[in-house]
Amino acid sequence: MTDTPFLPRDLDWHPPALHHDYRSSRLRAPQQKLLHIPQTETELTGPTFGQGDLGPLDDDLILNYAANGQSAQGPRIIVHGKLLDENGRAVPNKLIEVWQANAGGRYRHVNDGYLAPLDDNFGGCGRCLSGADGRYSFRTILPGPYPWPNGANDWRPAHIHFSVFGDGFAQRLITQMYFEGDPHIKLCPIVQSIPDDTAINRLVARLDMDATVPMDIRAYRFDIVLRGRQATVFENQMEGT
Amino acid sequence: MADLKENASQTAGPYVHIGCMPQTAGLKRRNMSALLGEVMVSDDTDAITLDIAVLDGDGVPIKDGLIEIWQAAPDGSYAPSKDFAHWGRQVTDMETGQARFTTVKPGAAKGQAPHILIWIAARGINLALTSRIYFPDEDNKLDPIFRAAEARAATLIAAQTKTGYAHTIHLQGPKETVFFDV
Ligand SMILES: [Fe+2]
Repeated sequence: MTDTPFLPRDLDWHPPALHHDYRSSRLRAPQQKLLHIPQTETELTGPTFGQGDLGPLDDDLILNYAANGQSAQGPRIIVHGKLLDENGRAVPNKLIEVWQANAGGRYRHVNDGYLAPLDDNFGGCGRCLSGADGRYSFRTILPGPYPWPNGANDWRPAHIHFSVFGDGFAQRLITQMYFEGDPHIKLCPIVQSIPDDTAINRLVARLDMDATVPMDIRAYRFDIVLRGRQATVFENQMEGT
Repeated sequence: MADLKENASQTAGPYVHIGCMPQTAGLKRRNMSALLGEVMVSDDTDAITLDIAVLDGDGVPIKDGLIEIWQAAPDGSYAPSKDFAHWGRQVTDMETGQARFTTVKPGAAKGQAPHILIWIAARGINLALTSRIYFPDEDNKLDPIFRAAEARAATLIAAQTKTGYAHTIHLQGPKETVFFDV
């Protein structure tokens, strides 16, 4: 086997399957403990993607659903950061897919009937690849918060959904990114299903004035960390040669 | 260093289609490029169908989920190939809850019985679920991971159909599928 195993997943760091305040988890959370198994080739490998899989506007949600000469409505933002593993190494050439509501908090989805209007020029779907140094970036608009049927008066903080691939299927991750300073973060049962405030904080993107383009577009920084790999003798030898 | 722990997972929510299979969300795909994961085999000759349903604790199929599979080719290998993608994804149909993959039957990898990794993300699932699908016409008892599931191992075996296999995932209850921490 060419790949060393991934570090074990810390299940106490992730949200538990059942979080009572998140109503949808009640009928969908497995009741048995996850069965720990060793990683085999099946879990150590995974699909690979290349630039040929992507279109030129896939990483630009401001334009990729807009009519010619038009653009999506809402505050323009760059979301960027590094895709890393727990060993601090860049994870290059990995597919990152994102989806989000428009500036009014409405999704372009057949099942979303929220009264905020659709934006003709916004689809809410984007994707990009991490670069050789793990960096990724896309342009979009700031999504709006939206109400959802859960408790009597629940609103999601503004957020962007992320789907991330790693080197192996065991690294596959779905998560959400939030925005610094959003008062809904503390009130949201989905966010608060994560037991540890440090873990929540890591999902909050920071305003990044250094990457902000004057008179054009603000930037938010969001680093994504995937599971690392166990150290091996083999690896140390590689580093020494 | 806490800063270098994996990002915590969050649910994919009910609108996962937009990001991962936009055509099923009703997006007209204006200026969007090719879909990823929809087609696994370039030639249908030896293809099989794999029908999957995911039932919640009330036995109701979930109709807003995303399912991905990852598997070896018929020769048991994961080597990249032009003819076979190894990876596919489908949503559970919004009317029926069924997801259908057109794939090939995997061969046995070293020391394991033929199997398919299945990965499920949906509203109400806080950390995407990983399981395996084994086949009723194989000697699964030689497979260490199948054996590790002990009395519940039968929940990992698909049923034969006319054109391939069908598999039902039970999220809860007496027939709850074995999910893995890998
Ligand atoms: Fe959302």
